[in-house]
Amino acid sequence: MNALAGEFLNLDVMWRVMPMILAGLARSAVLCAVLLPIGLAGGIGAMLLSTSRVRAVRWAAIGAIDFFRAFPPLVLIVFVYAGLPFLGVELPTLASIAIAFFLNASSYFGEIYRAGIRSVPAGQAEAARSTGMTASQTFLSVTFPQAVRNVLPELISNTVELIKLTTLASIVSVPELLHSADLARSLTYNSSPLILAALIYFAILWPLVRLAGRLEHRLR
Amino acid sequence: MSAWDRFAFTFLNLEVARTYWLDIAAGISVTVFVGIVVVATGLSLGLVLAGLRSLGLRVVTWPILVFVDLFRSLPPLAIILVIYFGLPNVGIVLPSLVVLWLSLSAVLAAFAEEVFWAGITSVAPGQWLAARSTGLTFGQTFAHVILPQAAKLAVPPLTNRTITITKNVALGSAIGVSDILGQANSALAMSTNATPLTIGAIFYVILFLPLVVASRRLERRFAWGVAGS
Repeated sequence: MNALAGEFLNLDVMWRVMPMILAGLARSAVLCAVLLPIGLAGGIGAMLLSTSRVRAVRWAAIGAIDFFRAFPPLVLIVFVYAGLPFLGVELPTLASIAIAFFLNASSYFGEIYRAGIRSVPAGQAEAARSTGMTASQTFLSVTFPQAVRNVLPELISNTVELIKLTTLASIVSVPELLHSADLARSLTYNSSPLILAALIYFAILWPLVRLAGRLEHRLR
Repeated sequence: MSAWDRFAFTFLNLEVARTYWLDIAAGISVTVFVGIVVVATGLSLGLVLAGLRSLGLRVVTWPILVFVDLFRSLPPLAIILVIYFGLPNVGIVLPSLVVLWLSLSAVLAAFAEEVFWAGITSVAPGQWLAARSTGLTFGQTFAHVILPQAAKLAVPPLTNRTITITKNVALGSAIGVSDILGQANSALAMSTNATPLTIGAIFYVILFLPLVVASRRLERRFAWGVAGS
């Protein structure tokens, strides 16, 4: 039991590596602050294209969405990160990660928005148009807000997924939370830093997981 | 070299492809094998947990809730690293393939339990009472009355979650599992050319695109079924 505690819950070690862990946490926060808006905004683009009235556009968009949903995110990150330099394109690591997340997260968020749009009865848009609102006014002030409200639990769940996916940046050596914790583990020969990182992830994500569950319950 | 030539040389190099495609294809069997085992373990464990939770005993329900919330909140890669690097230091050495299997199965089980549980609670309580009063045991009621109705609701979210988790088999490359990505990565290092990654990507798309398209169909069909019932 003592061996277990010494290996996984060693407060001494945790205290010593705290500055590294906090620096990693700050880096993770930056990643989320950059990647989440990219995903949420890209998703709106994907939704607009995949609900286009032009059939060719719609099909191309749905094809691209399915393609990137079939592509493991880690493979996408490695592809962009390791592939482009061979072409002579030198991107900062954050930019390659942003490209990979744009392609992956837009597809998932796009599908969620689309389900939301479909859940708003057509009569809403018809009524809005008949009061003299333009198509874009109708979309922005009538259809879209209701759509977002209807899929809020899914949007939150996918936000949780996106935050979890930022750990993949550790594989391409971004010193985010998990990467720092793993580095601290190899420096201290002790797993407590990883447990500390896991506790931090849990403290941040668990409330969101619960919130999504509660909202889902209320909407049903 | 024109831009296209350089692109083709980097990502679509036939020479490199000929040398390494068999190695990378060998990774397919690992990806598929781990994927199938994880799906089988994760879904059955999730179902068992949901069944145990429907017993309504607090001592059983609480540990299940802790397990489920924990594995839904933690990033899978963090779980994999904790198990892979932590356990050897306390004397338990597991092969990386086993670590990958355990981690992903636990994550899938946690999500599956929630989905099954949502399905079970959506079945009207009168169904339980009616079935039990005809003399069916708890297990019989669960298996023949509740589960078939719950499963219908559970299919679309479960398919999506299952696809997501199976794609995570690629995370194994971080702890040395020679799946498609692991093989492509080593070929990339040896050939100093990005073509192995292209081949790996093609294999992934061949494996997963049919699943994604099928899940889209399934979702539509089950959505109709629920609306009609």
